[in-house]
Amino acid sequence: MKNEGLIYRISGPVVTAIDMKAAMYDVVRVGTEGLMGEVIELHGDKAVIQVYEDTSGIRPGEVVVNTGETLSVSLGPGLLTQIYDGIQRPLPTLEKEMGVFLTRGVDADAFDLEKIWTFEPQVSVGDSVVGGQVIGHVQETDTIVHKIMVVPGNGGVVKSIESGDFNVTQTICTFEDGTEMQMMQKWPVRTPRPYQQKYAPVIPLVTGMRILDFLFPLAKGGAAGIPGPFGSGKTVTQQSLAKYSDAQLVVYIGCGERGNEMTEVLDEFPHLIDPNTGKPLMNRTVMIANTSNMPVAAREASVYTGITIAEYYRDMGYDVALMADSTSRWAEAMREISSRLEEMPGEEGYPAYLSTRIAEFYERAGRVETLNGEDGSITVIGAVSPPGGDISEPVSQGTLRIVKVFWGLDAGLARQRHFPAINWLNSYSLYPQSLDQWFRDNIAQDFPEVRIELSGLLQIESELQEIVQLVGSDALPVDQQLTLEVARMIREYFLQQNGFHDVDAYCDIHLQYKMAKAILAFQESAKSAMASGAQLGDVVNVPSRSDLMRGRLNKGYVDTIDDMVKTMNDEIAATVEEN
Amino acid sequence: MTGKEYRTITDVKGPLVFLNKTEPVAFGEIVSLRLSNGTVKNGQVLDTSNDLVIVQVFEGTAKIDREAGVTFLGDVFKLPVSTDLVGRILDGAGRPRDGGPDIVAEKYDDIIGAAINPFSRRSPHDFIQTGISAIDCCTSLVRGQKLPIFSASGLPHNDIALQIARQAKLTGSDEEFVVVFCAMGITAEEYNFFRADLERTGALEKAVLFVNLADDPAVERIITPRLALTAAEYLAFEKDYHVLVIYTDMTNYCDALRQIGAAREEVPGRRGYPGYMYTDLAMLYERAGLIKGKKGSITQFPILTMPGDDITHPIPDLSGYITEGQVVISRELHQQGIYPPINVLPSLSRLMGSCIGEKTTREDHKSVSDQMYAAYAQGRELRGLVAIVGEDALNERDKQLLDFSGVFEDKFLRQSRDEDRSIDETLDLCWTLMSAIDTKYLVRLDQKWIDKYHPDNRK
Repeated sequence: MKNEGLIYRISGPVVTAIDMKAAMYDVVRVGTEGLMGEVIELHGDKAVIQVYEDTSGIRPGEVVVNTGETLSVSLGPGLLTQIYDGIQRPLPTLEKEMGVFLTRGVDADAFDLEKIWTFEPQVSVGDSVVGGQVIGHVQETDTIVHKIMVVPGNGGVVKSIESGDFNVTQTICTFEDGTEMQMMQKWPVRTPRPYQQKYAPVIPLVTGMRILDFLFPLAKGGAAGIPGPFGSGKTVTQQSLAKYSDAQLVVYIGCGERGNEMTEVLDEFPHLIDPNTGKPLMNRTVMIANTSNMPVAAREASVYTGITIAEYYRDMGYDVALMADSTSRWAEAMREISSRLEEMPGEEGYPAYLSTRIAEFYERAGRVETLNGEDGSITVIGAVSPPGGDISEPVSQGTLRIVKVFWGLDAGLARQRHFPAINWLNSYSLYPQSLDQWFRDNIAQDFPEVRIELSGLLQIESELQEIVQLVGSDALPVDQQLTLEVARMIREYFLQQNGFHDVDAYCDIHLQYKMAKAILAFQESAKSAMASGAQLGDVVNVPSRSDLMRGRLNKGYVDTIDDMVKTMNDEIAATVEEN
Repeated sequence: MTGKEYRTITDVKGPLVFLNKTEPVAFGEIVSLRLSNGTVKNGQVLDTSNDLVIVQVFEGTAKIDREAGVTFLGDVFKLPVSTDLVGRILDGAGRPRDGGPDIVAEKYDDIIGAAINPFSRRSPHDFIQTGISAIDCCTSLVRGQKLPIFSASGLPHNDIALQIARQAKLTGSDEEFVVVFCAMGITAEEYNFFRADLERTGALEKAVLFVNLADDPAVERIITPRLALTAAEYLAFEKDYHVLVIYTDMTNYCDALRQIGAAREEVPGRRGYPGYMYTDLAMLYERAGLIKGKKGSITQFPILTMPGDDITHPIPDLSGYITEGQVVISRELHQQGIYPPINVLPSLSRLMGSCIGEKTTREDHKSVSDQMYAAYAQGRELRGLVAIVGEDALNERDKQLLDFSGVFEDKFLRQSRDEDRSIDETLDLCWTLMSAIDTKYLVRLDQKWIDKYHPDNRK
């Protein structure tokens, strides 16, 4: 057997080769055009290959060459600000090579191999270094220092190391045993990068979205699933998270989604400013765009490409957030390949290993101690697109079994133009327990209690609404009518947030707390005023309350809100005297 | 061309022909089959190996026997394109249907079409005025968008599509659209209706029609939209036309896809449709858009009928996940005699935000549209309550909202089939209707727009 074989069969993206020495997940070059593919099954002397490009026009008998490598990504300075397809080819380079339509058979370096970076060593000659250890750094973008790490598994005693200007393929360090090290390294995408140990997640990923931070917080190093039918705002939510969350780095995977939407992101991100650093968002972002009509096997690979890049930056000690929109398209790619392989299907035609793959993917999230002894984390937020919005299907279920946060999007809310259309009754987060200490220490001592009070009110509202549906709200006692009014305030003032509004799109966590307290203050003063004889109608209609509510759209609200609450309380108290 | 004719057919099953002992045949290669009675049929290679080749026959496999001669033409399916296409009527496989001559090709384009590099796309932002208030105000259409009509049997989706084709224009410009019309499995009656209307308005001269009718071979429907989109891409991205592609009915297309899947004994997905239907549909819908450095554009208006009015059926469901919104036609409104019976609540235009506002439509558009939506949604919800507790149990605010929902349907939605409302007229109408509601309940309207546009303040 040799490293070269012949094509025996072609069926869509699946090609079978014969007479070739191959191991599972070897990367091969298929046909005279050398299309990239990956071995996914072995049958006697037949190797089944999924091909990452269109296979029309390829014939049996053409040559297949096994590279002997597994599917890997290139890691090194230059990754940030890039826009890749599913197999790490930069889209701008592809445009130069093939024009505006994606044809095939073009290879492209993941980043500029010639670009010169100024390398600063952090270890000296004679030091003994191990895999994962940082030996120096370069300034990759304004905000991100790129640490150069020894490839996990390698290491030795440093024989020479130099500071100075290098490109990513030049040797920057030699070890006593003669091995040389460059700034660029490769890592197989299907193998998680190693770390020392996983920590419990105790720090929240602050997103600036009130319903998420306040009611259903996500921890740095956690995993969240966002299932929802089409039009319920998955993509908008994902994009808001990519823009405003306080992760230091963002990997955004557009997996099998719309071309125009991806273009919007590509157009918008370079002009957006990171609210946490004041620098352009692109400086901290790597994007992977594999739209729905791009080859399906590359879509399957795209999530692995993305998470491997995320792990690489985690290993430098950064907090990375990874958004995958949508994991359902990834699952469907698996299903499509699986059915071409004529595998026995599990539920709804998905392969039997679907839930294992989903679990393995989300398990690559986590807050860890890196091999270099630092703290780093990957937070994974996966959108799920259940058919018909019904989350009893396998992808949603496989996801919910593993993630700790469930942000359930609701078509009904979207229809009422309540955005973000996250259903507060069925969504959940299992993190509050581990995060509450952080909120107490950093925001306010009673933060968790305020959260419980708000969600309790929403719960009561849903019960009262059932009665209202039968008898009308006037039939309720006034204290319950007040509860409905407070709950409405929570929904319209606090939970609703306009992702496209300059001011409202991002809400500081301290301001979130103040707004929540303002609602409770309203409840408090309304109750006491009504106890002294004030009318519900007068209390809810005090003009200062609508000023308070509209005020959130103005800049500087955080400075004026306290006074506005005070005015509201005074006006409510005054309604007692009117009677 | 290889020119070699094989007589090695082993099996014929549904639309598929299996044959063996061929020389290497390319995946996707075009095939010509010559029957013993002299008829010639066309097909395409679906699966190829040294031992077995599977061919999908577009015209159906009737009369094919093991004696039929099979020739592989050495190339993938291509459409002859040139500007001569404009004004022509072709059949579902791209042959002239209007009795005219063959298309003189400037070149031949692969009908599968390559994906547009997302980096090379241009963001759509030109508002298209359709003259239909419900669409212009609530689900604004943008040049380069793909916005399907989700309809059902017995509803006037064809009238709406035609009205849009007739009236669509950019505000402040008289650039016209070239219409590429693609019929998949519709009846001759429906087709005649479309053709007569396009003829009447003179649009036929600026249109290309690809027609596969209900009694034409079902498998041919798989290539009909690809031909139409190849023509559209050529006209848009090489000849700078703005192209409006209308295809009807996507449901027939998906059924043809299911038919082939079943014949190949593939593992079916939901409701028997193939697991790759999402990818397959994406390869059609995603051929809409604009490209950097090119003047033309492709806007798509696919029409699909939801089986059993069920929006969660795989066809509308998968479509909705790919397209940039949807216009949903409601049987309930239709039965109330309202045309166009567009239910704005589940309808959506994802690209609306990028095309409305001061520069393109009007500064108050977003605000007005949000308020119209919210008020109508609440009004509709109250109808359920009124049915139980009676109108008297409503408070003042709810009464006004309830009344508004009726007026919304009667005055805002309803318009005649040739009524072409400008966006200004539509927005002014919104203000007039909303003025029946007390301003303090119109919480989604910015105060500055109330000051400027509310009828009370405009006198």
